Amino acid sequence: MKRFRTKMAILAISLTTAGPLLADDLAVRNCTWCHGTAAQGYSKAPRLAGQREDYLINQLQAFATHKRDEFLSTKYMWYAAANLDSSSVHNLAAFLSALPPEAAKDGDSELVAEGRTIFENGVPDENIAACQACHGPKAQGVREIPRLGGLSYTYLERRLEQWGQGHDAWGTPMPKVARSLSPNQIAALASYLSFVEGESSEK
Amino acid sequence: MKAVRLRVALTSALAIFLASAPGQTQAGAQDAPATAGATEAKFEYCTTCHGPSAQGFRGFYTMPRLAGQQPQYIENQLRAFLERRRLNPVMANVAHGIAPEMIPALVARMSALNPPPFGGAPNGDIALGKEIYTNGLPDQNVPACSACHGPDAKGQREIPRLAGQLYWYMVFTLSIWSTERGQGGRQDISWIMRPTVANLTPKQVEALAEYVSALR
Repeated sequence: MKRFRTKMAILAISLTTAGPLLADDLAVRNCTWCHGTAAQGYSKAPRLAGQREDYLINQLQAFATHKRDEFLSTKYMWYAAANLDSSSVHNLAAFLSALPPEAAKDGDSELVAEGRTIFENGVPDENIAACQACHGPKAQGVREIPRLGGLSYTYLERRLEQWGQGHDAWGTPMPKVARSLSPNQIAALASYLSFVEGESSEK
Repeated sequence: MKAVRLRVALTSALAIFLASAPGQTQAGAQDAPATAGATEAKFEYCTTCHGPSAQGFRGFYTMPRLAGQQPQYIENQLRAFLERRRLNPVMANVAHGIAPEMIPALVARMSALNPPPFGGAPNGDIALGKEIYTNGLPDQNVPACSACHGPDAKGQREIPRLAGQLYWYMVFTLSIWSTERGQGGRQDISWIMRPTVANLTPKQVEALAEYVSALR
């Protein structure tokens, strides 16, 4: 662990960031080790391809300042983001956000219809807000609000659980939203979203 | 399941009522009477999207400021969503989930809030916005906004407060006015805005939005 931290720190410090990034650049490879060779996500690390540029910047800053504080962030991303300077952050975000996102499609297809209903309408009788009001009708996200479409089931489910436990509770309604969701509703939402396709260019 | 949910709802509603503290319940419009706890939970639900102090929120869509809004405007709009005089799929669902007996208390809470304006409007021709708001554009058949919305933009009865309304909400709602609002014809008060909206250019709308968004 100690060696890993040191390695991440050295790599981060050694980044040079003149001009647009390429997939082979050290800064990008530093991300794709965990997030998948094409940044489509891998295991517990979420897809970064096609994610909103402003969101990526905002989150890298939140890791560096320790505002985003759920388990895997404290373990990995705090160190990965610790020594990125501002231009590295912006270049990485620009590069990753322009990659075409692929849908993970790893959710339960039988829960898709229920998940879609919650995403589009919420559950007014249970005081659950409609996700699309902030994340957009195609779950494409906007500005600092992340694209959710096609993220992996495992990532989406875990994040909603973590929000509900009160992690990462700065300046967003997500803890309140997640607390109102039952485990079955979280499974339905994560299943639906894992199948949603999208283009990195769409607004 | 229904019975369990009802019991949980009533228990938590009662607990919150007794504690007189804000909190979350699963109480819904069909499941519980409009107890203080159920109303409080509904208020929390409103503020999920409209901001913790109902100051508005900028998501994919911009959720309008409800803080300090005229009670009769909010009540009329909630009915308009139900009666499809105002077409908004998300808010139609939301309005169906609000028990009618909750509405006076909810609206009173919203109206009593007074957070500072959300801000963030891009810098444009705010002087033009003030001029249109105060005096209208006689050559374009645009009446002075202040005539109905008041010189301080606080609104009156079913005419909304515009002071502190979010820039992006103002621009968006004026740009889609005739397809969303006044669907009930002339008896809907929103109908009156149709010619005025049609006579404003996008640049004038942006100037107006910037002006009112900064008003306290």
